[in-house]
Amino acid sequence: MFPFAFEWVWDISHLVFMGGLWYALSIIGAGMTYCIIKSLIDTVADEAGEGGHGHH
Amino acid sequence: MTTPAIPEGVKRCPTRQFTLWLAVVGAVLLWGVYAMFLIWYKGLNQTGMNDAYGFALWIWADLAVIALGGGAFFSGFLTYIIGKKELKSIINYAVIIGFICYSSALLILALDIGQPLRGWFIFWHANVHSMLTEVAFCLSCYFAVLTIEFIPLVLENPKLDRIPFLHHLSHNMHEVMAVFAATGVFLSFFHQGSLGGVAGVLYARPFAYREGLLIWPWTFFLFTWSAAAVGPCFTMLVTWLTEKITQKRLVRPEAFQLLAKISGWMLLTYMIAKIADTWYWAAVTAPSKGFSLMDFYSNNPVYGIWILIAELVICGIVPALILITRKGRENKRLLVTAAILAVLGVCINRWVMVLQVMAAPLLPFQDWYMYIPTWQEVATTILPVAYGAILISLAYRYLPVFPHEKELNPGQ
Repeated sequence: MFPFAFEWVWDISHLVFMGGLWYALSIIGAGMTYCIIKSLIDTVADEAGEGGHGHH
Repeated sequence: MTTPAIPEGVKRCPTRQFTLWLAVVGAVLLWGVYAMFLIWYKGLNQTGMNDAYGFALWIWADLAVIALGGGAFFSGFLTYIIGKKELKSIINYAVIIGFICYSSALLILALDIGQPLRGWFIFWHANVHSMLTEVAFCLSCYFAVLTIEFIPLVLENPKLDRIPFLHHLSHNMHEVMAVFAATGVFLSFFHQGSLGGVAGVLYARPFAYREGLLIWPWTFFLFTWSAAAVGPCFTMLVTWLTEKITQKRLVRPEAFQLLAKISGWMLLTYMIAKIADTWYWAAVTAPSKGFSLMDFYSNNPVYGIWILIAELVICGIVPALILITRKGRENKRLLVTAAILAVLGVCINRWVMVLQVMAAPLLPFQDWYMYIPTWQEVATTILPVAYGAILISLAYRYLPVFPHEKELNPGQ
């Protein structure tokens, strides 16, 4: 539920519940976005012969 | 045998034997899938649930697998946040077991809500006063975290690892895994707790109702605590079973020992808190509602005082004492017995907090209300076990789940 949904009420319950959900989703989304973008950059760098990561 | 898809340096059974095993477990899975489609097609009239039993076998199974899957978040917490490096030997397997448990829980919920196509309502039309909303939020998010923790392992399959982007993705996900693990711990704390909170806030059901701290009944904390204590026991148990089936050593002994020790102390402290909670409930809370302890354990064919003794003593104190002593931990038979008892204990606890709550009479003229699940409920509850066996088999065969397998089995 977003604040623009008709059921939304600006009270502490909505802020805590929905805020917690979006906070967790943001961390997960940002983490995965970082990994994907960094992997793309690493792959392009490898292909360009600029080195890259070894096996971990 | 070895093929390009099987991790380097390890041996696996022939493809024919593996296919036969998958066919046997797959037959059980299909039985569950058939029951699942009956339920979705014909509705919840296929179950033994009714107005008295809105929560039944499925919710017990849900609560039990979520508690047993707690090994993933607690092992992740110990490995990535506390820095217990010994657990690297078992963390991959803990994640897979957690993934199976949580995906099973979501599957069971998809059945239980009756109308899975409306499952998204809980996110969009959220009831922000419900602990179950918090459970749904945290469960879904934590399943996403477990999937993220599982992906790097899948990408380490020899064939996938040859693709440069996937190789880098796996590496980069490992690099930031602590962030995901911390998010998982945060989410797990709240959904494990809220599952207990659901029972504890039922003030009209004195068998479940508990007092607590601010808005959280004591059951909130007890559920989280018990999941953290018993989850690792389940991880150890499944690992031991895998070792027996494959006839190999898969995990370093020090990983087992450390996990058993931590689990033992967690279980012992949990049992002290649980016994204190039970005593206060029996002596103060229940009498204040007009009930005595034995009102909840008599005049019915199933729920005698034995269930309380089984949960607290036989499947609680006994395994805790085995696990906290070095001699107990170092004796494999005792260790496995303790793990089995602890797992049974948490399953009994969840059963009691779901089904005995529903069975116990509320008013003087009411009788105990017993419930018998239908075969469709039983089949769909067994379905996740078959699904878990298949996923574990595939993961063990094709992924480098156990980083020390080669070193522990030099004769291969």
